[in-house]
Amino acid sequence: MSAVDVAERGDITAHPPGLATRRFKDASFIVWGIVATIIGLGTLVALVSELVHDGGHRLSMTFFMSFPSSDPEIAGILSAWVGSILVIATTAAFAIPIGVLAGIYLEEYAPKNWMTSAIEIAVNNLAGVPSIIFGLLAVGLFVQVFDLGQSILTAGITLALLILPVVIVATREAVRSVPLEIRQAALAVGATKWQATQHHVLPYAMPGVVTGVIIGISRAIGETAPLILIGGLTFVAFLPITRPGDAAFEVIGAVDEYGAPVTPDATERVLIDHDGVVVMPDFSEMPVQAGQTYDLPHGATVQSVATWSDAVQSWAPQNWLGSEFTVMPIQMFNWTSRPEAEFRELAAAAGLVLLAITLLMNGTAIWLRYRLRKQIRW
Amino acid sequence: MHTEFFKALGKAAAVSAAALAMVSGSALAQTAQPFTIQIDGSSTVFPLSEAVAEGFQGQTQGRVRVTVGESGTGGGFRKFCRGEIHIAGASRPIRTSEMASCASAGIQYIEIPIAFDGLTVVVNPSNPIRSMTVAELRSIWNPTAQGRVTNFNQVNSSFPNLPMTLYGPGSASGTFDYFTEAVNGTARASRTDYTPSEDDNVIVQGVVGSPGGLGYFGLAYYEENRSRLRALSIDSGNGPVAPSHASVLDGTYTPLSRPIFIYINAAAMRRPQVNQFVQYYINNAGASAERVGYIGLPASAYATYLQRAQRRTVGTAFGGRQAIGITVEQLLARRLVQTPTSD
Repeated sequence: MSAVDVAERGDITAHPPGLATRRFKDASFIVWGIVATIIGLGTLVALVSELVHDGGHRLSMTFFMSFPSSDPEIAGILSAWVGSILVIATTAAFAIPIGVLAGIYLEEYAPKNWMTSAIEIAVNNLAGVPSIIFGLLAVGLFVQVFDLGQSILTAGITLALLILPVVIVATREAVRSVPLEIRQAALAVGATKWQATQHHVLPYAMPGVVTGVIIGISRAIGETAPLILIGGLTFVAFLPITRPGDAAFEVIGAVDEYGAPVTPDATERVLIDHDGVVVMPDFSEMPVQAGQTYDLPHGATVQSVATWSDAVQSWAPQNWLGSEFTVMPIQMFNWTSRPEAEFRELAAAAGLVLLAITLLMNGTAIWLRYRLRKQIRW
Repeated sequence: MHTEFFKALGKAAAVSAAALAMVSGSALAQTAQPFTIQIDGSSTVFPLSEAVAEGFQGQTQGRVRVTVGESGTGGGFRKFCRGEIHIAGASRPIRTSEMASCASAGIQYIEIPIAFDGLTVVVNPSNPIRSMTVAELRSIWNPTAQGRVTNFNQVNSSFPNLPMTLYGPGSASGTFDYFTEAVNGTARASRTDYTPSEDDNVIVQGVVGSPGGLGYFGLAYYEENRSRLRALSIDSGNGPVAPSHASVLDGTYTPLSRPIFIYINAAAMRRPQVNQFVQYYINNAGASAERVGYIGLPASAYATYLQRAQRRTVGTAFGGRQAIGITVEQLLARRLVQTPTSD
């Protein structure tokens, strides 16, 4: 701009025309912005304080460590939160590797042609598909065709499909944000494409990937509709895994997959350590006393108490993936629709726990992103 | 720094994989999974099944597991007729289509009416109306009332000049099916300009919040909200009768009393655990029903049904149709038919 132009405009400090209007618009934008923020924040605060008011007093150790019950005084969320954790672990085990690999492939390797664009559009659209549709897919495919049953595995895979687009899109964005020069530098010194990706692109993309994964998983935690559809249950008063000290059941001798003894007439001398009953191979029950020795036929089931090693063994995925389950949102949904007001207090308390879990996960995402970003030195 | 991070991650993964392999490989003692009895179906029957399942698991000390779901009466029958569950809870008798799908899958069922529920019509306590005839209810809820009947004084000139706000269950509910058939004469025929909700607590809130509010739901929801709602007495020709345990049981609260059911897979009854559970269910249904807000049947009825279960007498007493205003005696007198009737 030349000095002549300035001279033609005259005094540039003088108010140009329309300034008042523009200032007014500027100020009113601030006002509307604040109003919008308050509406958002206020709703959240109202919601949380309502939950705290209704359910805060129900939060106790008993609440966390009790099974659901028809008596609101003793009902808890034990099977719900354990179920949620197992389902989410399954979801993560499927969604993270598949989502991240797909994201890296689409961004770094896939040729830019109509196929790739079609996949891109499909992935983006998948993110907008209502979750109940995934439930329908799961019932038709996983439950009925693949015969996976109404299990934790089915639920985990369903939720993994649900959050896959979120993970893929987040991975792609994160990978895309790594400057091209980083790749070029790596390739220039002779790195292969995978070496460049593994050592240079991925570490820098990590904060974004982690954020995407955690956001996806926090969405999965709150999902109810697809899980109800595939048979997430409301009353489950046992855990898919065993705790030390839980009642355990041991089968005498070797049995086939149907529980029938391999050598039907064989018996075994067994020292019983708990009063109770032994269930015989023909399902009749025989009362037994602790400290006594009995000759039991193969195939009989004896009650015992789970040891630590029994418990650790039960944590192996193949021992719980096929189990029935319930999750936090399903338990909450059931409690809100009960006639007794006490159940709605429980629902509010469960809501608080769910909110706390989501907050914790998002907090972890922020912290991880911060940690990983700090390590980045371009 | 990053490669180290990933190496550490890789090591951790390898170690945990090895640990898993070791743990799963060391399955020396045969730990048996307890047998699981699977129940699903009506959300109306859910609280009852839940209470019974809880008691049974306590009694058997975890030797038998029971799970209860609530996919609704229709959803429950779908799973039941695919053989996925042992027991289906139902807030209405099995339909002809469901009988056919069970028959084609070779699944036979034992029908047990397990308790009674009284559908309750409620209004705001400020509303001076105390009772309504079935005809008056019909003039409010029938499909032709849509958009026309909007004030209580249109129903009966002695009723106050008060605009109506209607609440009711959504069309997926068994309660909706029963009420529409009992009041309007045709199942699922209803005016649609009301606020529907699958959650009865929403209907409670709605009627509590509006002076002209009117809605209907199960007796349990009314009993929990007695102080905030008024239940209308229903006049089906013999004078107004208020909904109560007594009037439901003696059959005078008609036509809005309905039985609720469990359907047991007859083949599953051969399993001792299921047999034991069904016995426990029938023996404890009366007490549990009262606790969760339903009306237990007389002891004689439960004795009959226990026998039916033990003898594994299959079939339905309803021929695929709803039984409107049926009393306990009529229920007991009904004959079981195994195949769908053609009428």
